[in-house]
Amino acid sequence: MEAKPKPKLAVWKFASCDGCQLTLLDCEDDLLTIAGEVEVANFAEASRAVVKGPYDLSLVEGSITTPHDEERIHRIRRASKYLVTIGACATSGGIQALRNFGDVKEFTRIVYATPAYIETLNKSTPIADHVFVDFELHGCPINKQQLVEVISAFLYDRKPNTPPHSVCVECKLRGTVCVMVAHGTPCLGPVTHAGCGAICPSYNRGCYGCYGPKETPNTASLAAWFEGRLGVSKPDLVRSFRGFNAYADAFRRESEAHE
Amino acid sequence: MNKTRTIKVDYLARVEGEGAMWIKIKEREVAGVKFKIFEPPRFFEAFLRGRNFAEAPDITARICGICPIAYQMSAVHAMEDACGVRVDGPLRSLRRLVYCGEWIESHTLHIYMLHAPDFLGYESAVHLAKDFRDVVQRGLQLKKVGNEIVSLLGGREIHPINVRVGGFYKVPTKVDLLPLAERLNWARDAALETVRWVAEFPFPDFERDYEFVSLSHPDEYPFNEGRIVSNKLLDIAVREYDEHFLEEQVPYSNALHSVIKTRGAYLVGPLARYNLNFDKLAPMAREAARAAGLGPECHNPFKSIIVRAVEVLHACIEALRIIDGYEAPQQPALEVHPRLATGYGCTEAPRGILYHRYQIDEQGAILDAKIVPPTSQNQKSIENDLWKLVPKYLELPPDKLAWQCEQAIRNYDPCISCATHFLKLKIERD
Repeated sequence: MEAKPKPKLAVWKFASCDGCQLTLLDCEDDLLTIAGEVEVANFAEASRAVVKGPYDLSLVEGSITTPHDEERIHRIRRASKYLVTIGACATSGGIQALRNFGDVKEFTRIVYATPAYIETLNKSTPIADHVFVDFELHGCPINKQQLVEVISAFLYDRKPNTPPHSVCVECKLRGTVCVMVAHGTPCLGPVTHAGCGAICPSYNRGCYGCYGPKETPNTASLAAWFEGRLGVSKPDLVRSFRGFNAYADAFRRESEAHE
Repeated sequence: MNKTRTIKVDYLARVEGEGAMWIKIKEREVAGVKFKIFEPPRFFEAFLRGRNFAEAPDITARICGICPIAYQMSAVHAMEDACGVRVDGPLRSLRRLVYCGEWIESHTLHIYMLHAPDFLGYESAVHLAKDFRDVVQRGLQLKKVGNEIVSLLGGREIHPINVRVGGFYKVPTKVDLLPLAERLNWARDAALETVRWVAEFPFPDFERDYEFVSLSHPDEYPFNEGRIVSNKLLDIAVREYDEHFLEEQVPYSNALHSVIKTRGAYLVGPLARYNLNFDKLAPMAREAARAAGLGPECHNPFKSIIVRAVEVLHACIEALRIIDGYEAPQQPALEVHPRLATGYGCTEAPRGILYHRYQIDEQGAILDAKIVPPTSQNQKSIENDLWKLVPKYLELPPDKLAWQCEQAIRNYDPCISCATHFLKLKIERD
């Protein structure tokens, strides 16, 4: 009997910092095991070898910011059985979505002497705005264990176990004292998607929302706390929701409500 | 026979980001070279305007997932310069320690995963691991030690959260650092093995007369501070950078090209640091370099892989030294009050000097930002290397010639995500 062919894994990059795909290479203890279970069919950051599609699982990093990328994502979707987006850029547009609140022509002029050479869209948008996405893994950057969990889940046709609750729950699980209640430090933990393991509060700082909104986040209540109880100014409040997931719906609406 | 051909690689592999290479050959002469960066622009310098000065380390880290510490370090130094604050003592040592972690992690990634496969004729480290599993495992474990340092001091490997203007949010106790020292003892031996391993690789006979540019510090192999110097008599303070360097836009690239105003192309990174600071390396690292056949000067860019390995060894030794002498500071950070000023910061990212300049106001709002990453500074040297390298390899079949050129680009460990603030390769022959 012939051996069953290994599932083909592809990694694709759009506008991003490369950190989320690096997370795969950062799985130092598991990398060779993963490479034993799948055929790494397209992963430019790690290999020259390119195997033709279709692919069983495509991991997509980065946001759509150019006319060329707007078309490329459709080709990748057509060649992929499952398409999973990894990281804040791919799931919400990333930090580069701050352009969505400004004037991209002005932005180009600030950075480049001859803006005419630069081809870019007015908005930085998440992958799901363009094609059907099977699963979104949050984080700026994503969490290593969660990435291995998502790859395993899709290879075995099960749902990934990545809880959608808030960072607050993770703080309670690790026994971190609440930085907002105990120290009056503004913290986005109550409205932010779990996954990082609540790192910031354990280092005595407030969560800055790099995993994006949790399911059903009550951002209005948190904003009222920030302003009323912690004395956060309007501009600071706007900026706190306008970070690495500024264009995620819940965070975008909340920041716009205070402008 | 009039023969022109084009060598092109439309998506360069094993580099960080999206770039391409295009080379045109006419008869037996190179007629054109373009190292193209099509990584989409992300406009950091534009959207930093109006943000708070304290946000700069977290925001600029997102320029690059491979070397976030470098961005955080250049940002905090520039902001502290603007505010007239100097961070010293154990806080300064911790910054050097976290930088050691990033050098170990980033260099080892490049040596084992991105560059070594070229020398040994493999498509990737995963392919390499089929024949040399133990070697690749050693590389992965060495990289992991670097990541463990960054995680402990920074909270996580990628986009650490613990670095702030003035110091850190939380500092470790001496006891927290001791397990790292144990791991670093193993890493130092593994780094030494790495130097010996890469020294045996086959190196093309290729040298150029580069202008090397790096930081220089009177007592230390440079990480966070020093004057910007070169082997062609440049010796300036960081705040004089803009008077001597210029960024130019070229139509085929989304990354700006940097030049020295009076002389043109220059080279930053491990090779430059090594040539300009050899006597500041730890004695054991100098010894290992000599045993690997390197003198105090090296002008062969392919041998940068040995220099990287020597720097990993140095970083392990330096990290051990810092942990040994560490006593936790009273406060995790100094208080920093913003004022209307311009601040300058330049630190040694794994790939070379990373320059930040910010103008801020009394409330701490950023009025203007300028960031010059190492890869934009190396783009011209990369192209110049290809101009000189290709004529030596014209007899090679097209796929082998393209691979040779790709390898020459990877000598620089180009980080294209940084430089746009990707790599295709195309060689054209008529």
